[in-house]
Amino acid sequence: MRFLELAKRNLKESFLDPLSLGLTIALPIGLFFILQTLGRIEDLFKPTMLAPGIVLFGFVMIVFSSGFLLARDRESSLLARMLTAPLRPSDFIAAYALPFIPIGIIQVAAIYGIGSFLGLRISGNVGLVMLILFVMCCGYIGIGMILGSLVSTRQLGFTYMIVLFPTIFSGAWMPVDMMGEGFNRVVHCLPFAHALDATRAIMIDGAGFSDIATNFLWVLGYSVAFLALGVLSFKRRMLE
Amino acid sequence: MSDTMVEHAIAIQTSGISRVFKKLRAVNSVNLTIQQGELFSLLGPNGAGKTTTIKMLCCLLKPSSGTATIMGHDIQKDPLAVKQIIDVSPQETALSENLNAWENLNLTGRSHGLEKSVVRQRSQELLEMMGLMDRSKERVKRFSGGMKRRLSIAMALVSDPQVLFLDEPTLGLDPQSRAAMWEHINQIKGSKTVMLTTHYLEEADSLADRIAIMDEGRIVVLGTSQELKDGISEQSVLRVEAEGLTNDVVERLREIYPEVTVVDGGVEIRAEKLDLYEILDFLRPRGIVVRSTQLKQASLDDVFLHHTGRELRE
Ligand SMILES: Nc1ncnc2c1ncn2[C@@H]1O[C@H](COP(=O)(O)OP(=O)(O)OP(=O)(O)O)[C@@H](O)[C@H]1O
Ligand SMILES: [Mg+2]
Repeated sequence: MRFLELAKRNLKESFLDPLSLGLTIALPIGLFFILQTLGRIEDLFKPTMLAPGIVLFGFVMIVFSSGFLLARDRESSLLARMLTAPLRPSDFIAAYALPFIPIGIIQVAAIYGIGSFLGLRISGNVGLVMLILFVMCCGYIGIGMILGSLVSTRQLGFTYMIVLFPTIFSGAWMPVDMMGEGFNRVVHCLPFAHALDATRAIMIDGAGFSDIATNFLWVLGYSVAFLALGVLSFKRRMLE
Repeated sequence: MSDTMVEHAIAIQTSGISRVFKKLRAVNSVNLTIQQGELFSLLGPNGAGKTTTIKMLCCLLKPSSGTATIMGHDIQKDPLAVKQIIDVSPQETALSENLNAWENLNLTGRSHGLEKSVVRQRSQELLEMMGLMDRSKERVKRFSGGMKRRLSIAMALVSDPQVLFLDEPTLGLDPQSRAAMWEHINQIKGSKTVMLTTHYLEEADSLADRIAIMDEGRIVVLGTSQELKDGISEQSVLRVEAEGLTNDVVERLREIYPEVTVVDGGVEIRAEKLDLYEILDFLRPRGIVVRSTQLKQASLDDVFLHHTGRELRE
C-alpha cells in the first residue's frame, strides 16, 4: 500500500491547485446552469438531456488536470525522484489514476444533485446510469494518462482539444442528428456518443440493460483500450 | 566466506556502463568501484555525463551497455532491491509545489516504507538542520530557490538510505547553508556511501575520500585529492604579476613555454622546468614591470585544467 502516500499527494496537488479545482468542478457546474436556461427553447438543453453531456464535459476536464499533473511531474523531475523510491509500476499507475475517481464522483453527484432541483428525472435504473458514467470516467482517466505521459505541459493546452471536440460533437449539447447522417456515423465510432445515447435512453425512456448493451460494449471496449494505452505509455516513461 | 565479506564491502560497482543518446555517447564505458562508507565525488564540466551516470545507478535510465551493482544488487535485474537502499537528490529541485515542507518529507519517507512516527521524527531533525522549521507549514512554491534546494536534499535524507546520490547538492546555496550542508555530509561520511557531483572544487577537495574527474563521458582520472595533485606535480606553476603585458608578448612567451594562461593582473606559466631568470630576462627588455612572482602548489583546479583542457567555472 505504499502507493497511498503518492496517491494522496496527487489528490492534494490537484485539489489545492485553484486552476484544476476550477476547471474540474466549478466550470461544469457553471456551464450546466447557463445551458439549462435554454431548456425552454430547445429540448436538448432540458436538465435530463443535458446532465450526461455536462458530466462528460467534466470528465474532459479530468483529462486535462490529470494529464497536467503527470506532465508537470515529469518535467519537474518529481516523478523521477519518486521513481527511485521502492514502488512498483502498478503503484504508480494507481497513484496517478485513482485520485481522479473521487473527483469524477463529485462531478456526477454535483450535476445530478443540482439537476434534481431543476427538474432532472431518471425513469430507468439509476445504478445503470452510474455504471456507464463510471466506465466512461475510467476511459477518460486513461486518456489523461496517455497525454500526461506523451506531451509537455505546454502542448497539453491544445492537445486535450482532441478529446474536448469529439465529446462536444458527440452530442454533449450539440444536436448530433442536425449534423447529418455521415457525421452521426463518425461520432458513433467513438465511445462518447454511445455513453450519451445509453444514459439518455435510461433516464428518459427507462431503457434496461439489454436495450443499451451494444452502447455499453462500445464504452467498455474503448475505456479498457484507453487505460491499457495509458499504462503502456506511462511504463515507457519509467525507464528511458 | 571471505569472498562474501569482500563483496559486501563494495557499495557501488560499475562495469563498462555506457549510455548513448542518439549518436552522443553521454557515458562511455565507466568502471568504478566504490567502498561502503566512502564519499565519492564525480567532478566534471557541463555535459560530462555525471547526471546520466547517477540516473543509470538509480534505475531511471537504462544503460546502453554494461551494468552496475549497488550493494550487490544488479540495477537491471533487481531494481526494486536497489531502490530499497538508495535515495537521490536530483540536480533539479524536485518538490511537490502545492504541499508544505512536512508533507513533502512525508511523501518520500512514507514511500520508502518508513513508519509515520519515524518520518515525523526525522522530518523534525531535518527541518531544523536545514533551517526551514519556521517556514515548514507554508506551501513550498513560495520558497526561495535555496530553500527549495535544502528541502529537496532533506527529502533524500528522510529515508536514511545506505547509498545516497547527491547531484550538485550545494548549487545555489548561500555560504552559510553550504557550510551547514558540508557539515552534515561530513557527519554521515563513513556510515553511508555517498556519491556526490559538484562543480565546486573545494567541495570535492574537502569532503570526498576519492575524486573522479569525468569528461565527455569518460573517467579521465581517479584518486584521492592528494594523489590527483601529486599526479601533475612534476608541473610547476609560476604566477607572474606584471604591468604592460600585451597579447604580443604573451604570444612570444608561449614560444618558450607553451602553457601560458592570462590571469587577472598577469600570467600563469605551467611547465615541467621553469627558469625564473630566463622569464625575467625575457620580460624586462620588453618594458614590462614585474611586480611579483610566485611559485604555486598544484590545486584541484590545475588537475582539472590539466586533464580536461578547460577551466571549471560554476
Ligand atoms: N534525455 C537525454 N536525451 C538526449 N541527450 C541527453 C539526455 N540527457 C542527457 N543528455 C546529454 O548527455 C550529455 C551528458 O549530460 P549529463 O546531464 O549527464 O551531464 P552532467 O555531467 O550532469 O552536466 P552538468 O554539469 O551540466 O549537470 C549531455 O551532452 C546531454 O546533452
Ligand atoms: Mg548534471
